[in-house]
Amino acid sequence: MRVVSFTLNGKATRLTVDETRPLLWVLRDDLGLTGTKFGCGEAVCGSCTVVVNNQAVRSCVTPIGDVEGKKVVTIEGLANGDKVHAIQQAFVDHLAYQCGYCTPGMIMGAYALLLKNPKATRAEIVNELDNHLCRCGAHVRILKAVESAAKTMKGGIR
Amino acid sequence: MNPDTRDDRGATQQASAEASAEAGFDRDQELAVDGPTTFPVDRRDFVKLTATGLLVLFAIEPAGAGQETARPQTGRQGYPTDPNAYLHIGADGKVTCFVGKVELGQGVQTSLPQLLADDLDVALSSVSILMGDTDLCPWDMGTFGSLSMRQFGPVLRQAAADARSVLLHMASERLQAPVDRLTVKAGVVTDAADPRRAVTYGQLTEGKRIERRVDGKTPLKAVTAFGVVGRPAARRDGVEKVTGKAMYAGDVGPPGGVWHARILRPPAHGAAMGQVDTSAAEKLPGVRVVRDGDLVAVLHAHWDEADRALALVKAEWTRRDPPVDDKTMYDHFRKTAGLARTAAEGGSLAEGEKLSADVVEGTYYDSYVAHAPMEPHSATAVVENGKVTVWAGTQTPFPVKNQLMQALKLPADKVRVITPYVGGGFGGKSASRQAIEAARLAMLTGRPVRVVFNRQEEFFYDTFRPASIVRIRAGLTASKTIALWDYMVYCAGDRGAAHFYNIPHHKTAWSGGWSGNSGALHPFSVGPWRAPGASSNAFGRESHIDVLAAKAGIDPVEFRLKNLSDARMLRTLNAAVKKFGWTPKPAPSGRGVGVALGTDAGTYVALMVEVAVDKATGKVHVKRVVCAQDMGVVVNPDGALQQIEGCITMGLGYTLSEEVHFKGGEVLSRSLGTYELPRFSWLPKIEAVVIDAPEIPAQGGGEPAIVPLGAAVANAIFDAVGARLDRMPMTPERVKAAVKG
Repeated sequence: MRVVSFTLNGKATRLTVDETRPLLWVLRDDLGLTGTKFGCGEAVCGSCTVVVNNQAVRSCVTPIGDVEGKKVVTIEGLANGDKVHAIQQAFVDHLAYQCGYCTPGMIMGAYALLLKNPKATRAEIVNELDNHLCRCGAHVRILKAVESAAKTMKGGIR
Repeated sequence: MNPDTRDDRGATQQASAEASAEAGFDRDQELAVDGPTTFPVDRRDFVKLTATGLLVLFAIEPAGAGQETARPQTGRQGYPTDPNAYLHIGADGKVTCFVGKVELGQGVQTSLPQLLADDLDVALSSVSILMGDTDLCPWDMGTFGSLSMRQFGPVLRQAAADARSVLLHMASERLQAPVDRLTVKAGVVTDAADPRRAVTYGQLTEGKRIERRVDGKTPLKAVTAFGVVGRPAARRDGVEKVTGKAMYAGDVGPPGGVWHARILRPPAHGAAMGQVDTSAAEKLPGVRVVRDGDLVAVLHAHWDEADRALALVKAEWTRRDPPVDDKTMYDHFRKTAGLARTAAEGGSLAEGEKLSADVVEGTYYDSYVAHAPMEPHSATAVVENGKVTVWAGTQTPFPVKNQLMQALKLPADKVRVITPYVGGGFGGKSASRQAIEAARLAMLTGRPVRVVFNRQEEFFYDTFRPASIVRIRAGLTASKTIALWDYMVYCAGDRGAAHFYNIPHHKTAWSGGWSGNSGALHPFSVGPWRAPGASSNAFGRESHIDVLAAKAGIDPVEFRLKNLSDARMLRTLNAAVKKFGWTPKPAPSGRGVGVALGTDAGTYVALMVEVAVDKATGKVHVKRVVCAQDMGVVVNPDGALQQIEGCITMGLGYTLSEEVHFKGGEVLSRSLGTYELPRFSWLPKIEAVVIDAPEIPAQGGGEPAIVPLGAAVANAIFDAVGARLDRMPMTPERVKAAVKG
């Protein structure tokens, strides 16, 4: 057990916690942020993707101790008040989801990609999201959504 | 399903994140659970609804008013005929529709209100829908088989039409105008003779208790009169799903207020539990161990800590594995599948044999595949005043309720199943073991309990689509028509087994269905998987049709046209030809193009694909798929398109990579790292043509397009390299071996 301090969706957060516990379950069970999903527990499916210091990470295999002093953004932190992020809007507009379970992870993966590469091409988007699984087969529309979000954002991330 | 509840909770939680988190980690403290009254059992919308002046349209109390008799609860039964079970019209004119179906991602939460809006003549935006709650919704057997539109749709439409009829009669009295002079638009009834005289549905129902009997025979609107159906409608779950607010069964309840249960599992199906030592797990702080017969569970407020503790439980097992594995299974099926049943027959096989200049035999094999939804089976159960409420990720809330009543020995009014959003089903969430387990543990502990399977359990308890064998003996006449078709399928059942070609002498037999509990035939349970068994049957049939076409030296499309007379199928195939730009050439042409046809859930499908085959590696890339589909009336065109894309993308898995390996009762494929699902980089260009068929009622849309994909790809591989693949999935190893000959 130790104190872990980090920024969570823009808010200073301090927890006394077993630092080896996975970030995913601390978010879900301790902090009630259930938007981040459990899919496989072995960093394979991408449902649990969150963004830590602008990098996409799989929260199911990230010990909470690793985010000490870092900035963590989850799906709950992407919208600006009532205004959803351009990527989220694009997912709505393009119906880029079906069951919606992989969606938060997909969006966070896309967000991390566009942070480092705002003009990502389709090939780059495919490459980045290729390790995100979607079982419903929403892939066609997810690609369209991310492409269109990149265009809307014109290099600005908000 | 109820964003309000979640928003409030989320906001509170954010504000006190630090405090509550620290409290949650205090090991000396009893696991903190707020009183059960804070558990969001009530649906705020419903409370709001019943608080206002309620309209009772018919002789039976409205949903939620406590008359269980209005809602049949047990057994397999028909839908209630009482329209009041399906909808409520508030004084504000808002219509709430109660539906036992569930939203799995297929979009019925959007398309069912579309149907209702048209028959009731109200604006789509005034219709809200409440789904999958056994206390509030009329009985439904489950959401599967592409039945929501084709079977349940007409029931809902009838309810709406009946309600509209009652309202019109009320308006007639109110406006002192005969019914046939009244028109309705967006919930406003107007006297055509004097348009200033109008009354809204809301005004008609306000503060009244009205009892009317209707005969359920009000005629439905003609398709041509539809204003909402057939137009794209924005999905209702969009914002919730992109913001992380959408609630799934593992998300409900206050953080820290629910105990996660991780359950001891056998190493193999059929294994018997021996000595169990839970002492090491019990020593961990915050852990509670519960044992009830063979149910051994480790509980903790955090899933991961319960999981860690479970790893410390030592158990002895006696294995009783059946002597079958993924290498010997086909012999095993032939020996154990049992008596064959006939699905279709005509003419005489002996006569067909005589007419045949060439007789060609073929055998086609398919593998066990998993559902692998992204959301593992999850459930949260709470016991309050002797009543068990279970939020379950299930396709079958009403059957699950029955199972709970049996398992817990509780009467119908003490069990409620609520289905929030479900993170994918594909047939795999018809089985809902997790709901029973969560409820049993909630009863045993008196605390809210959640069961969330890990991925290993998800594979282990999956009701796989069975592996199967299709054996066909077919005969060609001198004029290249099919005279003989002797078809036998093991373990894929009869769905999609019967052919639709013009064959005078034919017999289709089957042995072993696509569903069943573990037993002599399968070491584990098998069950419905997106169009159960139909893909295996289509793989056999459509591969063999291509084999015959090649034997005849005729282009595969021309050969089909020559042997088909079903008008819907011809129209569908011709639409695919046009969209794809198919030019006739006997296979193998080297182009890598393939065709396959199928029917499922009342829908006709023609797929055409183009593949690239790397002979050296055996890797197949599906470059392009054209799908022509006749699904009758299309309720939500974009939703239909989305289902077609989903079918084709998901179908690439069973076609190219997905295969469950097992040895006896032990499931060896238990990770998404090795059981390969389709990925972005596999995506073909997908083009769909949905045939305008207003004369045919709405048919299934969630399953049909997945059916012929395997066969179309097999046929395209043959066209590309001249090698016939007779087993799915068509993995690089199998393709390489086939190319080698």
